[in-house]
Amino acid sequence: MSSGAVAAPAPRIAGRVGRPSVLTVYRWEVFKLIHLKRTYLGLGLSVIVPIIFAVAIHFRHSQHGDFAFASYLNRSGLALPLVILLFGAVWMFPLITALVAGDIFASEDHNGTLKTVLTRSLQRWQIFAGKTLAATTYAVIAILLNGTFAVVAGTIQSGFNPLQSLSGTTVSASHALGLVYLALVIYLMPIATVLCIGLLLSTLTRNSAAAVVGTLMISLLFQLIGVLPGLQGTQPYLLSTQFQAWQGLLRQPIDWSPIVQAVWVCAMYAVPALGAAFLIFLRRDVAGG
Amino acid sequence: MSATTAPPLEVRGLVKRYGNLAAVDGVDLTVDAGDVYGYLGPNGAGKTTSLRMMLGLIRPTAGTVSLFGRDPWETARALDGVAGFVEAPTFYPYLSGRRNLELLAAFDGDGASALIDSALQTVELTDRARDKVGGYSHGMRQRLGIAAALLRQPKLLLLDEPTTGLDPGGMRDMRVLVRQLAQQGITIMLSSHLLAEVEEVCNRVAIVQSGKIVYEGEISALKRSAGAAYTLQTTDDERALGICRAQRGIEEARPSDGKIWFSAEEEEAVAALSQALVEGGALIRALTPQTARLEDLFFSLTEGAGNGAEDAAADGAERESIQAQAEATR
Repeated sequence: MSSGAVAAPAPRIAGRVGRPSVLTVYRWEVFKLIHLKRTYLGLGLSVIVPIIFAVAIHFRHSQHGDFAFASYLNRSGLALPLVILLFGAVWMFPLITALVAGDIFASEDHNGTLKTVLTRSLQRWQIFAGKTLAATTYAVIAILLNGTFAVVAGTIQSGFNPLQSLSGTTVSASHALGLVYLALVIYLMPIATVLCIGLLLSTLTRNSAAAVVGTLMISLLFQLIGVLPGLQGTQPYLLSTQFQAWQGLLRQPIDWSPIVQAVWVCAMYAVPALGAAFLIFLRRDVAGG
Repeated sequence: MSATTAPPLEVRGLVKRYGNLAAVDGVDLTVDAGDVYGYLGPNGAGKTTSLRMMLGLIRPTAGTVSLFGRDPWETARALDGVAGFVEAPTFYPYLSGRRNLELLAAFDGDGASALIDSALQTVELTDRARDKVGGYSHGMRQRLGIAAALLRQPKLLLLDEPTTGLDPGGMRDMRVLVRQLAQQGITIMLSSHLLAEVEEVCNRVAIVQSGKIVYEGEISALKRSAGAAYTLQTTDDERALGICRAQRGIEEARPSDGKIWFSAEEEEAVAALSQALVEGGALIRALTPQTARLEDLFFSLTEGAGNGAEDAAADGAERESIQAQAEATR
């Protein structure tokens, strides 16, 4: 380094046109997620679970179900994504979401890279927005990937057949497919809420493991409160209940009331969590790392 | 003061408290354009905390930081023309050196990406640019940190202990690089606990102890303030000592390690003493000016009355520990 002459600096760009934006942060956050192993851990789980379910159905002897759509699993492959939505609400989808949401700020703190990016030309809110959008993108992809793999695996196993609704009517296969994807979209509401809680814990704890586990524990806590006999009155207002809101789509006619309730109940948890995360990130000292 | 005429860095009454501990306690300093400014102090003196506030990473408890007239907590634009790192520069270990620079260039805005090649060339990392940073040595990361700073075309460079952890060759190279950047017109402020480093590359210095500035100004002025000292050897030192003590303009004279040590503010007094010694029959064998060393001045400023080096080190370590705990829990 000492031996060579210092290279002449490149010409100064007048006025620094094209300042970085939220989109700039978002692109690079997605790029970083593509290069992180934990991204593939979550997405891998999303893909592998439908396959495991399809294999399990293949070797299942009982034709009876003890939960919604279980008895339809052998009749229509389109029942599989819906069954996975039921099972995944307990811990799988919250975990998949938390893997990235809990890590996205905390890992930067832990590695000390937060101070590196904060000393560039970006406002803190831009970094927050870009990261939040990237984590949301990951969660949406994980859910849609899971649903798509479940549809494909279920169809291979049980065929692309009409589905019986929860009201006992038969829904054509193509219509049922539309309902499955609409259910996935509605499922994204509680997922987004888990995401916001993950982001809050990520900014608050500055510890990736604590934020991921903490998010999962909060999710499980809602489940626990929902099954405790004395607290069942709280059920409509619990996050865990909103994971079932999509079932309204599978009624004839469609029952929108649980879906509407999910909108405001999820907002009740998500907005304060995201707001708190935003304010913490905006105002906090960045040291260590 | 307008942004164009404001000094690159101006700090007034800067305070950072962690509970009862004042990590930085009323720091005032000004770094003028063209300075290579040393922020010198023992470990735990508050240097890194100060730099974090200067870069807008932590919020001051009191006081102001102004970068070319703008407050880094009010707008990220205050960092336009400013670059640097606190503690060791940090990067994404799973990305290559070049990818890291591309990311940071994107976060700097258009134009910065065009500087990546020249920045890599400057720090001589072109050959390793495609390797993942996770495999870089500490010295390579330090150099990549400088490259990342150069992408911002800085007019002010803030470097926190840039040679810490480097081997002697790496330290020498880093100092050469700092001097070369200064020659290009970049104002540089570097924190250090290494006296020789500051003495070698800086023209001005702030000496900080327990969060407070104990000296701010030019190194040469600091040395001058210590007065000029000389050692003398003659053919008859006993007689020479008497002549020294009697001579006007000689402030203090005493035997020291087989020589005579004396101090004088004016060089004319030394010339007159030479003549008096010859006339008095004590012929001069050697008359050597003693340059005040920054190290001596540093310890005289930072150790204070009755506070020895070990006490100062223990105090610094304790402060460092409290600061680290406070920062970890915030």
